[in-house]
Amino acid sequence: MLLNQFLILSAVLFSIGVYGVLARRNGVLVLMSIELILNAVNINLVAFGAFRASVGGEVFALFVIAVAAAEVGVGLAMVLLLYRNRRSIDLTLIDQLRG
Amino acid sequence: MSTLAALADMDRLTSGEVLVAQNVAFAVMAITMVVSALRMVTTRNVVHAALYLVVVLSGVAGIFILLGAEFVGVTQVMVYIGAIVVLFLFGIMLTKGSFGDDDGVSGERRLMAGLVGLLVFGVMTAALVDSFADAELARLAPSTTAEIADSIFSAYIVPFEAVSVLLLAALIGAIVVARRD
Repeated sequence: MLLNQFLILSAVLFSIGVYGVLARRNGVLVLMSIELILNAVNINLVAFGAFRASVGGEVFALFVIAVAAAEVGVGLAMVLLLYRNRRSIDLTLIDQLRG
Repeated sequence: MSTLAALADMDRLTSGEVLVAQNVAFAVMAITMVVSALRMVTTRNVVHAALYLVVVLSGVAGIFILLGAEFVGVTQVMVYIGAIVVLFLFGIMLTKGSFGDDDGVSGERRLMAGLVGLLVFGVMTAALVDSFADAELARLAPSTTAEIADSIFSAYIVPFEAVSVLLLAALIGAIVVARRD
């Protein structure tokens, strides 16, 4: 197997995640797209770990999974707070700081 | 004795037939993941998006196993599909009233996001093809959980402890933020 086939798959998923973060308005969907980006990074890490025949890549992927879990917890708490205060999780409506 | 036989079988991991099987498995998983990811970011129903996310995450776990990272693949299934997707579904249900369907994304916004995505993909692919033109994967034998555990608890012990503190902080932070007072 080539290294590049994994890296390019990861690049495709990363770009789709970037599109999701930029195009969607629903706060939960933006968080899901961020998960897609983190998964693309994980594929990269594990592929490079296999390429260099070291377990370092896998260990870093495990750390990324742990950080992603923490991020989703805090992010969804913030989305819930937003919903409670504004009755909406449309991110385009949150523009109080716009000049 | 069976371990020795298994070690002798390791040579077969690089033989032609196995390589073809690996490539076919890769192609099936990659196509499924890309299609599901595209559906996830374009579907109007938020619950369907969460279910497409499950398909993508399962594909990523399959890719990990294909790369010989069994422990990471199993962790992926347990943490992502077991915990994070359930968290997402709860988030969708608790905020459902406001946003049943996520439609009405303006065309211009979608166009610009698509352009940025295509640009990111183009730049990354060009750089990757330029750097790793046809580099082969060196190791196809799976790495054992014992190796990973040794590595975490020796070389990476400080990041490991930092992640523990981070998880505690995130737990307390989520409770404080979402608390009804």
